[in-house]
Amino acid sequence: MKKITTPLTDDIIADLSAGDQVSISGYLYTARDVAHKRLVDLLDEGKELPFNIEGSIIYYVGPSPSKPSAVVGSAGPTTSYRMDAYAERLMDVGMKGMIGKGKRADNVVQAMINYRAIYFAAIGGAAALIAKSIRSVEIVAYKDLGPESIRRMEVEDFRCVVINDISGKDLYEIGQSEYQIGPDKTN
Amino acid sequence: MREISITQIIEAVRKLCMDANYRLGEDVLGAFKRGLKTEESPNGKAIFEALLENAEIAKTEQVPMCQDTGITVVFLEVGQEVHITGGSLNDAINDGVRKGYEDGYLRKSICDPFTRINTNTNTPAVIITDIVDGDIFKITIAPKGGGSENMSRVTMLTPSGGKNAIMDFVVQRCQEAGSNPCPPVIVAVAIGGTPEKAAILAKRALLRDIGSENPDLELKEMESELLVRINNLGIGPQGLGGRNYALAVHIIKHPCHIATLPLAVNLCCHASRHKEMVL
Ligand code: SF4
Repeated sequence: MKKITTPLTDDIIADLSAGDQVSISGYLYTARDVAHKRLVDLLDEGKELPFNIEGSIIYYVGPSPSKPSAVVGSAGPTTSYRMDAYAERLMDVGMKGMIGKGKRADNVVQAMINYRAIYFAAIGGAAALIAKSIRSVEIVAYKDLGPESIRRMEVEDFRCVVINDISGKDLYEIGQSEYQIGPDKTN
Repeated sequence: MREISITQIIEAVRKLCMDANYRLGEDVLGAFKRGLKTEESPNGKAIFEALLENAEIAKTEQVPMCQDTGITVVFLEVGQEVHITGGSLNDAINDGVRKGYEDGYLRKSICDPFTRINTNTNTPAVIITDIVDGDIFKITIAPKGGGSENMSRVTMLTPSGGKNAIMDFVVQRCQEAGSNPCPPVIVAVAIGGTPEKAAILAKRALLRDIGSENPDLELKEMESELLVRINNLGIGPQGLGGRNYALAVHIIKHPCHIATLPLAVNLCCHASRHKEMVL
C-alpha cells in the first residue's frame, strides 16, 4: 500500500505504477459528465475554472443524498469512459489524477504519458464503504446539477488501485492476460 | 373480486425501494463468500472482502449499497380477480417510488434523454405488468444501475447460427463489457420471442436466485458451459484480473418466429438488487 497526499506532484506520480494499491489523503474534486462539459466550455471561452486544478485529482462520482447525520451519502465511482472526451483538456491545464472505474480511451492513456498524469480505479459499487473515508464535503460549483455538482471532498485513507501510469501500462490488460485461459483467449 | 387500495400499494413500493437498495440478497452474499474462497488473484480477493463489508455497512446503517440507486424497474403480477381502489395503479407505483427515493435518501437518476434535465423524483418507473389467474398481487422492485445497463444488448441472430452463435455472442459481450458493469456480474440471457420480449425476459432472469437450478436441462448445461467460458476470460472482479467475472449465468428461452432468433443479454453488477412483496 502506497500512501500519498494531494496535490499530486511529478515525483509522487513517477513513483506509481499500474497495479499499485494506493491510499490517498487530502482533497479530491468531484465531477461527472455535465460538469466536465461546463469546465471545458469555460476553457474554450478563455475563462477561469471554479477551482484550482493544478495538481488536482478529479473523482468521477455522483453521491447519493446524505442523511442529516452524515457527511456524505454513498459515494462510489462512476464509469470513466464518459469523461474521455474531456480528460485531455483538463490534463492540459494541470489536472494530475483521475479516479473512476473502467477502461480509458487510447488517446487518454497517451495523454497521461504526455502530461504525466495518473488514473486510479476505486471499487465500483462499494459506495457505502468508500463513503467511510470521506471526512467533509463542500459544493464548489454548479449546485443546480444536484448529485452532479462539483464538490471538494476531504478524504483520509481513500483506497484505490493504479490502472494507468505514466509509462503507458494498463492494469486491466495486465490483469486479464495473467488469468486468461482456454479457447476464448483474446491476447 | 379482491380489493386492494392504492394506499397499500404506495406504501409497499416506498418500502421496497429502500429495502432493495439497503439490503443485498442472501444469495448474492453467499456468492461473494464462495468467490472469496475460489478467487486466485489477490486483487480479486480484496474486492470480495470489500463487497461483503460494503453490504454489511449498507444493511446496518440503512444507506444505499451503491450511490447509483438505479432506474426503478417494477414487475407486477396482478390476478384478474383483483380490483384496485382509490385511484390509478400507475400513479400509485410512481408515487411509491418518489416517496421511497425521497425518504430513503436514494439518488434520483432519471432525466430527459435530450436535455438531460433530472425529473428529481426518480420517476417514471419502468413498470412491467403480467395479468395472471386468481387474486394475487405481487410487486417486485428491481433498481438497475446505469453502468451495467449500458453494457446490456439486444440482437437478432441468424437462426442457422443456433446455440453456438448465441454462446459466442454472450462471451463476446462480457469480453467487451470488461470492468464497466462492476464485476462480479450476473449474466442474464433471453433467447427467442421478439426483440422487446427478449429484453424483458432477460431482465426478469436477473430475479432468479443465484445458485438456483434451471429446470430446463439443456439451458442448465448451457449456463454451466457459459459460466466457465466467461470466467476463463480472466477479466475477474472489477476487471483487475482473476477467476470470478460472473457469479452466475441465467438463461430463459421463449418460442420465436420461424425467421428469427432474438437474443438479449442483460449484465447485472454485483449490486444485484430486487425485493418483492405480496399484498
Ligand atoms: S454498475 Fe451497479 S455497482 Fe456499478 S456503479 Fe452502477 S449500480 Fe453501482
